[in-house]
Amino acid sequence: MTAATRIRRRRAVDGRLGGTASALLLAPFLVLMLVAFVYPLVDLLLISVLEPAPTLENYRRVFAEPVYGRVFLRTVWISLLTAVCALILAFPVAYLMSRSRGLFAGMLAACVLLPFWSSVLVRTAAWSVMLGREGMVNTTLKGLGLIEAPLQLLYTQGAVIIGMTHVLMPFMVLPLYGTLRAIPDDYARAAALLGASRFRVFAEVIVPIAMPGIISGFLIVFLTALGFFITPTLLGSPQEQMIVTLISQQVREVLDWPFAAAVVSLLTALVLAIAFLFNRFLAFDKVLGGGR
Amino acid sequence: MSDGTVGAGGGAAVAVEGVSKHFGEVVAVDEVSLAIGAGEFVALLGPSGSGKTTILMSIAGFEAPTSGRVLIDGRDVTDTPVYRRNLGMVFQKYTLFPHLTVRDNVGFPLKMRGVDKAERRRRAEEALETVRLGGYGDRMPSQLSGGQQQRVALARAVVYRPRVLLMDEPLGALDRNLREEMQLEIKHLQAALGITVVFVTHDQEEALTMADRVAVMAQGRLQQIGSPEDLYERPANRFVAGFVGEMNFIPVAREGAGFRLAGGPVVTVPEAGVVGEIGAAGVLAVRPESLELTEAGAAGAVALAVRDVVYAGPSLLVIGQLPGGTEVRARMPSRLQRQRLQPGDAVHVRWPETAARLYPDGAAA
Repeated sequence: MTAATRIRRRRAVDGRLGGTASALLLAPFLVLMLVAFVYPLVDLLLISVLEPAPTLENYRRVFAEPVYGRVFLRTVWISLLTAVCALILAFPVAYLMSRSRGLFAGMLAACVLLPFWSSVLVRTAAWSVMLGREGMVNTTLKGLGLIEAPLQLLYTQGAVIIGMTHVLMPFMVLPLYGTLRAIPDDYARAAALLGASRFRVFAEVIVPIAMPGIISGFLIVFLTALGFFITPTLLGSPQEQMIVTLISQQVREVLDWPFAAAVVSLLTALVLAIAFLFNRFLAFDKVLGGGR
Repeated sequence: MSDGTVGAGGGAAVAVEGVSKHFGEVVAVDEVSLAIGAGEFVALLGPSGSGKTTILMSIAGFEAPTSGRVLIDGRDVTDTPVYRRNLGMVFQKYTLFPHLTVRDNVGFPLKMRGVDKAERRRRAEEALETVRLGGYGDRMPSQLSGGQQQRVALARAVVYRPRVLLMDEPLGALDRNLREEMQLEIKHLQAALGITVVFVTHDQEEALTMADRVAVMAQGRLQQIGSPEDLYERPANRFVAGFVGEMNFIPVAREGAGFRLAGGPVVTVPEAGVVGEIGAAGVLAVRPESLELTEAGAAGAVALAVRDVVYAGPSLLVIGQLPGGTEVRARMPSRLQRQRLQPGDAVHVRWPETAARLYPDGAAA
């Protein structure tokens, strides 16, 4: 065996790759990102400052008109509520999943994943049927004699939050499940033995240890909700627009591309800023206390 | 050792009364009763699956016994939830909360008891000093070695002065040297606090060196409870005889007032050495270190065909066969025997009459 093949063998055993191999493995992804993500984004950014002439006018308009600020704030607020709802609903499910085995665990996972694999459009359409004037919710409430006339459920902020929470739930459940599953039972046992009631075991041991999963789930849902399109458009109120609906309107109806591009840039900047802040102040290794 | 933690409260008596635990069809613990005195150090020793951990978990409250009672200080705690039993416990691993500093880990049980922050800090530091980790309070558990982590776990388990300390193979994950150091540390702490310790282990050396009394478990049953000397010198049944230390088992048949080894001489066993009802046949148990070389024709001399001679530091291990085909081991001081013995030698061995015990024939109970 030559020295070179020996080294190659050793690398293969180590599972470490050389520079060329790493570059080759990354190449398809990088090309796709450049062509389908970076290029259009940069292009939009350029449109927002170059058209009709080199100007910051488009950005000035976003800030000058209070209505756009309100749309931004509303979008952040609805997205936050969605993330909070998803967290509250997902935590028990993820916890149960992490502590079950066999058939039951498989069934739970299927309950979470099957909707995940079905179309967002279908799931959103289902909610518009359920929440409609003659939908299941209204007819049930009426049947129970709780209401006289059908409630306006569809085309409200509430409908948007319900729909987005449902659609985005799996993105919360999966990271939570991952971290919760990695927590050995011994932590809860030790805490109970040291005098912690069930609630305090949960609040002071399980939740803090699961914090990386909670944060990553929360971030994924929150940031995805900020840019969500289908659900707010189908379930939301036209008077209470969210940011993407505004962008789509500008692009398709008003045909004001430069302005839409400015809004997109600001939304992108907001998402990046939030992601950066989370990473900066709540770095996952710090949360776990592993870092020095 | 600072004065604050010494002798506060002392230990509490622990009683396990007729406890059984069934997991479906499997009987993990079968009618076990144990009375552990206040301040006593008791080891539960047994192979895996013997039920020793289930007993410990029943005392801790993690397992509800199928039947029977657990009493602490005479009070029935069978239905008391874990967090109200006020016990200390050290687990094998994964015990320190990774998101808390060493100080907050040690202070955790105090926090659960509503102790204010300054007092928590003071007592945590004091407890850390008793395990020689004073000044480590600001570190994260992940920055400590395995042995240090277990010492922090120990500090955390005693900081609120529980009167009973449970230990579930706490040294199993440590290497040998560290384990011996921790054994001493635990003994010192126990002596200083006067706390009752129930210690589960599958390592008999650990059990024999640390415990005041050792309870040997097998197949869900208590086989014997006694001092290390009792267990080693006077095993109550054939299982304990074989489980604790090295033992030669030699089949014998009753002949007159004595017992004949197959193809060998007739030996007598003093009354005190006969355990249980012996029928026509029995099994003689003799420790390897009780065997000594002798001349052919001496009283009680048995022929031994030497097969292996292994130098093992202070002792020489001689493995050979008796005339009946039984393999026996003998341990002799190396300095006396090394020159003389070689594989293939035919020698004679004997043992003092009082060194042998006779058990009924049949499978190990």
